[in-house]
Amino acid sequence: MKILVCISNVPDTTTKIKFDDGMKSLDTNGVQWVINPWDEFALTRALEIKEQSSGKIEKVSVINVGTVSTEPTIRKALAIGADDAFRIDCEPSDSYTIAAQIAEVAKNENYDIIFAGIESSDFNAGAVGSMIAEFMDIASVSSVSSFEFNNGDITLKREIDGGKETVKIQTPFVAIVQKGICINPRIPAMRGIMMAKTKPIKVSSPVSTEALSEALSFEVPPPKADCKMIDAENTDELIELLHSEAKVL
Amino acid sequence: MNFNFTEEQLMIQQAARDFAERELLPDVIERDTNATFPHRQMKLLAELGFFGITVSPEYGGSGMDSISYVLALEEIAKIDAAAAVVLAVHNSLTCYGIEHFANEEQKRKFLPDLASGKKIGAFLLSEAEAGSDATSLKTIAEDKGDHYLLNGTKIWITSADNAGIYIVVAHTHPELKHRGINAFIVDRHSPGITLGPHENKMGMRSSDTHPVMFTDVKVPKENRIGDDGFGFKFAMKVLDAGRMGIAAQAMGIAGGAFDLAVKYSKERKTFGTEIANHQAIAFKLADMAVKLENGRNLVYKSAWQKDNGINFSVMSAMAKQYCADVAMEITTEAVQIHGGYGYVKEYHVERLMREAKLTQIYEGTSEIQKIIISRAILKE
Repeated sequence: MKILVCISNVPDTTTKIKFDDGMKSLDTNGVQWVINPWDEFALTRALEIKEQSSGKIEKVSVINVGTVSTEPTIRKALAIGADDAFRIDCEPSDSYTIAAQIAEVAKNENYDIIFAGIESSDFNAGAVGSMIAEFMDIASVSSVSSFEFNNGDITLKREIDGGKETVKIQTPFVAIVQKGICINPRIPAMRGIMMAKTKPIKVSSPVSTEALSEALSFEVPPPKADCKMIDAENTDELIELLHSEAKVL
Repeated sequence: MNFNFTEEQLMIQQAARDFAERELLPDVIERDTNATFPHRQMKLLAELGFFGITVSPEYGGSGMDSISYVLALEEIAKIDAAAAVVLAVHNSLTCYGIEHFANEEQKRKFLPDLASGKKIGAFLLSEAEAGSDATSLKTIAEDKGDHYLLNGTKIWITSADNAGIYIVVAHTHPELKHRGINAFIVDRHSPGITLGPHENKMGMRSSDTHPVMFTDVKVPKENRIGDDGFGFKFAMKVLDAGRMGIAAQAMGIAGGAFDLAVKYSKERKTFGTEIANHQAIAFKLADMAVKLENGRNLVYKSAWQKDNGINFSVMSAMAKQYCADVAMEITTEAVQIHGGYGYVKEYHVERLMREAKLTQIYEGTSEIQKIIISRAILKE
């Protein structure tokens, strides 16, 4: 059995986001790139399952749709423990085209389980995982927060309103995972960092797809307004300001 | 000239940073207060390969270069300098000493346990009347034919209790002065070894420091490092590497204090504005940043020289002296910037200031480093 983990290359979550040329694209100057946190959780759990599977899961691969600039992020995934990697050499556009590329590889290489983070921390579309399943005509389970692999039997828990649902599922399928799937993302060991250089990254050209959507522009939230301190005794002024300035009353 | 770190070096730096923030930061104040050794964290660091960073994979190490090593040490020291000193003594004194100066049989016997972190290493040189002045050693290793008999007392021994392997420097032929000194690999649990109490230190409190007494401790002949009389040269060579590690640790402590000072000065307001906007604070930050940059460059240059087979003895002395001294200055200013908050434990900077002080003292005081540097200048 083989697992494929989708890896998105995103700005470090502490990055101060700026846009350039008329708010149309992200200003990547000085941005530090990392593995999308949900994908990192997924990769960690995939590796744990492989290690506990007594050889039933033979390998964990990662896949990224991106230009050569994403390779440090891919190598980080290899350092964490993935066995090999695919990079589809193109600038990622919308979720549809990204999913089409991943589905193509997953299908051709016969992957049994595909992990996708519930969303990417940059564009938050949250669509790639289910689109991959659709392209491949296989099942997908969303909001997976627990993944157990017992002698080939797979039991998932997914978050539902006010509780959890337990699901039994047959391969192949896509698991769309969220926080809780592992305790902490794995920190790469020194040995892993050295080994990463020797693990293969298979680079391939994209299959032709047409993007269904296009981002026109971005907006950043308005800057936080100054805090106004009102004396605790002065409720009249508070009510007045909530009515006239904050317009919540 | 290339000042860029490689992708692997950056990945190691990030791994050490992530580890320190996740595993060391949450209870660092408690461990410092109670002087408790970070057993759990050391086990995790061992699994990640931090106990044999530069040791060749042939002996179970990670096979990284010295730049990676100092970057990792710096990140650990930013959060917890006591954990960093355990790693520094283990890696740059014990592992380095054995890998570079011991024979093949000794390397195969001792390095795998050290590199995997199964056993922590300690370096026993200092005595009541000897340290940097190694020729005054009073600990005697008497040649008994098939073994040596060790007698004497060592002090200020980092990891004395938690270590599994000691490197002990002792006199075999006191009449030959420095030519009569030898270094031995000694099992910490050998009969005749007793420990004095854990020193109640000002800083680095969660690393254990003890006096170690040797009473008729039998050391197999094959545990001597190098030819008879090599011990003094061995100690000096090993301390070259040790100094580089302590310099990196000092930069970690200083960098940690600097980051906290920058953060605090952008949050705390006085006279209607963040204190970073007051020139008195802004200029302090500028001075701290310049010292950090200078210090780091000295550390990285000495690591680079070591990696490239260039004698790094003087460069590591320069790095140790400068980094330790500016770490003291930077941490003191970080406390000053924090005002009253800097003087209480929960803001971390007072601990960093206490930790910085030790970097000016151990593995050769700043004054000793100046002797090494000046002698090198005057010899030319």
